[in-house]
Amino acid sequence: MLIPCPWCGDREDIEFKYGGAAQIAYPTNPDSADDAAWARYVFFRPNPKGKMAERWVHSAGCRRWFNLGRDTVTHEITSIPDMGQRR
Amino acid sequence: MAEPHQHPEHLWRNPEPKRAYDVVIVGAGGHGLATAYYLAKNHGITNVAVLERGWLAGGNVARNTTVIRSNYLWDESAAIYEHSLKLWEGLSEELDYDILFSQRGVLNLVHSLGDMREGRRRVSANRLNGIDAEWLTTEEVKAFCPIVNTSPDVRYPVMGGTLQRRGGIAKHDYVAWAFARKADEMGVDLIQNCEVTGFDREGNRVVGVQTNRGPIAAGRVGICAAGHSTVLASMAGFDLPIQSHPLQALVSELLEPVLNCVVMSNAVHVYVSQAHKGELVMGAGIDPYNSYAQRGSPHVIEYQLAAAVELFPIFSRAHVVRTWAGIVDVAPDASPILGLTPIENLFINCGWGTGGFKATPGAGFVYAHTIAHGQPHALNAPFALERFVTGALIDEHGAAAVAH
Repeated sequence: MLIPCPWCGDREDIEFKYGGAAQIAYPTNPDSADDAAWARYVFFRPNPKGKMAERWVHSAGCRRWFNLGRDTVTHEITSIPDMGQRR
Repeated sequence: MAEPHQHPEHLWRNPEPKRAYDVVIVGAGGHGLATAYYLAKNHGITNVAVLERGWLAGGNVARNTTVIRSNYLWDESAAIYEHSLKLWEGLSEELDYDILFSQRGVLNLVHSLGDMREGRRRVSANRLNGIDAEWLTTEEVKAFCPIVNTSPDVRYPVMGGTLQRRGGIAKHDYVAWAFARKADEMGVDLIQNCEVTGFDREGNRVVGVQTNRGPIAAGRVGICAAGHSTVLASMAGFDLPIQSHPLQALVSELLEPVLNCVVMSNAVHVYVSQAHKGELVMGAGIDPYNSYAQRGSPHVIEYQLAAAVELFPIFSRAHVVRTWAGIVDVAPDASPILGLTPIENLFINCGWGTGGFKATPGAGFVYAHTIAHGQPHALNAPFALERFVTGALIDEHGAAAVAH
């Protein structure tokens, strides 16, 4: 699988570390968040069958983090709208 | 043992789905079939359908490396896996089908001081829970499994190991077919090529499922579809803390008997046994990224084989004849989720990660209890979905043996 690093270009996935789902927002009011809200933030992540917004880091290259859209069925790199937005 | 190893199409009927059942199980893998069997046998519930979107036992039960053991660290895990192992010990007789359960011993190698501390701690914890466990020195590892390279000159020398002699392997297809045949005999409908496309709800209660072969009403529904657990959960309207990852495995050509036990190594990421026919069966860690593709990256296989050849120089001339992947459910604490859901009459069995095969009879047993009574069995109560809110996690990343 080739991962397009925004700074280095397409590289083998072995050069990268996977950071899981992107767009995860920190609780807006951490002081008042209850256990259920913390559980959602800490343990629950999107796991879509299809397009997914992900974090990757080019750990054996430029060592920079970036967001990437990837399809979890075909492994195709895809575009994700509002990639920089947190949900 | 009567007439084993028939072609599977003679082992069960292929009925048309009825319009309503007392219980619908989603997923005819090992766990789903075992659940249906125990629903019928232990609870007298036989108006049951097991729905399978593909063919029976074609998912992870066909793709795993068949290792069976119960040497988990925490009391909750030890209890449920040991219950399962005890069921394995009587399963061929109970199902009247030789599932080739072979208690040849599971050897976990250690390669570092940290490994050693963890391994010895786990041996002690296992013994306190009445589970057989032994600590082996490097020399004892060599004596038990002579083909392991115990030379100090390798990159990660073997510093000892833990051994569970009651652990071993079984023939995965026969396990699924044996459960299917018995469940079918007791009246359970096994329905293949029947994909669940939605859940029918009245308020917060599930009353049936939508399928590509029409709606099917159900008193209770049990999800048992590892890999696709979150897909089904979101169809039903709730979330699971599960991520789907590929887990790859491979086999060599058929060889003379060379390996007398199961050998696992967390540190160098390989586990291997020799199947009854003679092929070496190997697995590694999961691929790091989320995927539903049933394939992974080649470098995972490359590392796994490098580790295998270093540990077993005798394997260096063997050939890889086939590699594949299954999609495994990974939970944050590497423990399963088995119990109730936020939706009434809907139950979940998922999150077994890389180790669900060994739990097949045990998970089926307690899941059937949970569905029959609407309440968890004592053995699966700690594995409730609520533990991610209460914080009572069951951290089995060490004993899970495969990097999650």
